[in-house]
Amino acid sequence: MKHSAREEEWAGWMRSAIEGDAQAYHRFLSAVTPHLRAMARRRCDQFGAPASEAEDVVQEVLLVVHLKRGTWDPARPIGPWLSTIVRNKLIDSLRRRGRHIDVPIDDVMATLEAEEQAGNLDRLDAEHMLERLKDPQRDIVRSISIEGAGIRETAERLKMTEGAVRVALHRALKSLAALYRSETSEDR
Amino acid sequence: MKTDDLISMLSEDAPVRIRLGPMLLGALLGGVVISAALLLATIGIRHDMASAIETARVLFKIVTTLTLAVTACGLVFRIGRPGIPLKISALSLLIPLAMVIAGVATELTTIPEDTWRTALMGRNATFCVFFIPVLSLAPLAGFLWALKSAAPANPTLGGAVAGLASAGLAAALYAWHCPDDSPLFLATWYTAAATAVTALGALIGSRYLRW
Repeated sequence: MKHSAREEEWAGWMRSAIEGDAQAYHRFLSAVTPHLRAMARRRCDQFGAPASEAEDVVQEVLLVVHLKRGTWDPARPIGPWLSTIVRNKLIDSLRRRGRHIDVPIDDVMATLEAEEQAGNLDRLDAEHMLERLKDPQRDIVRSISIEGAGIRETAERLKMTEGAVRVALHRALKSLAALYRSETSEDR
Repeated sequence: MKTDDLISMLSEDAPVRIRLGPMLLGALLGGVVISAALLLATIGIRHDMASAIETARVLFKIVTTLTLAVTACGLVFRIGRPGIPLKISALSLLIPLAMVIAGVATELTTIPEDTWRTALMGRNATFCVFFIPVLSLAPLAGFLWALKSAAPANPTLGGAVAGLASAGLAAALYAWHCPDDSPLFLATWYTAAATAVTALGALIGSRYLRW
């Protein structure tokens, strides 16, 4: 793959992100997501999974890209890294969803609606996983993701230090990924 | 949770605290130091090492095991990074293999046929097959720990490579003690030990390295 201007831009954002630039990281993830979504929908078709699941897959893939970003060597182009990691996780995630596809007829309408506005729907998987997190991880994830609070605000609300919130958030994200994985082996 | 919310949350966790390169390097150095200390504290280096190292067979044993350690460790450093081609690195494993084959061929043409069996069995075969895996435990644990935060496309293969690399390191250490110098011994017992450790790595990897 040639590294295009877009890839250069993504790599630049990711380099800043690794150094701790949250804004650059937000730009990177937002830029990558539409591509992930397109890929997830195409693969959903291919594996016969309902399109409503595509957004769950997107979220799972984003989580893995996040947790594995330390495996990218900033001296190398980001394209091959990203596409390999996404392809592996996408196939992994869809394959296991494909095993237990069960779409009641009532859900067909929901599926069609999901096609329209998938990006804005609350996704069930993440919600379901959230329930299984322990405190204070669950509170922190809720506070930051759903209520949109920052680290500082969350720290004040939960009477924790900002450092402790950061550490707990990172652990929570790791637990979420592990929950996705364990969910798989239970289903098998 | 909406995807946009997820993205905002991930952004709050932007800085990377753990880097794979330093972790693997730490695992490698830590594993070698622990296993070398274990070797020195228990069985030690063979006492005639100073003169033995000048003989072709001992030198061959040390260079071959070291080559396996270097090539397999090279693969460990690459296998956890998505998008990095592994082909050349994997092919480099053929170098120690070719060395073993060449060594065996030379040995078979050099020593008389009725001594083959003695050379192959050596004096310490059982202990070799026991102690190389023991020496590989520390590097194996370190590599698996480091690869846990990596992303090997195939977790079983990732574990196997970690096992082979630790077996290579362990063999390169054990060679300094080992009193059996025939390439026939190396090809049989060292290989058996390395196979066992590789299988152990694959077994652990298939579960522990999933991501």
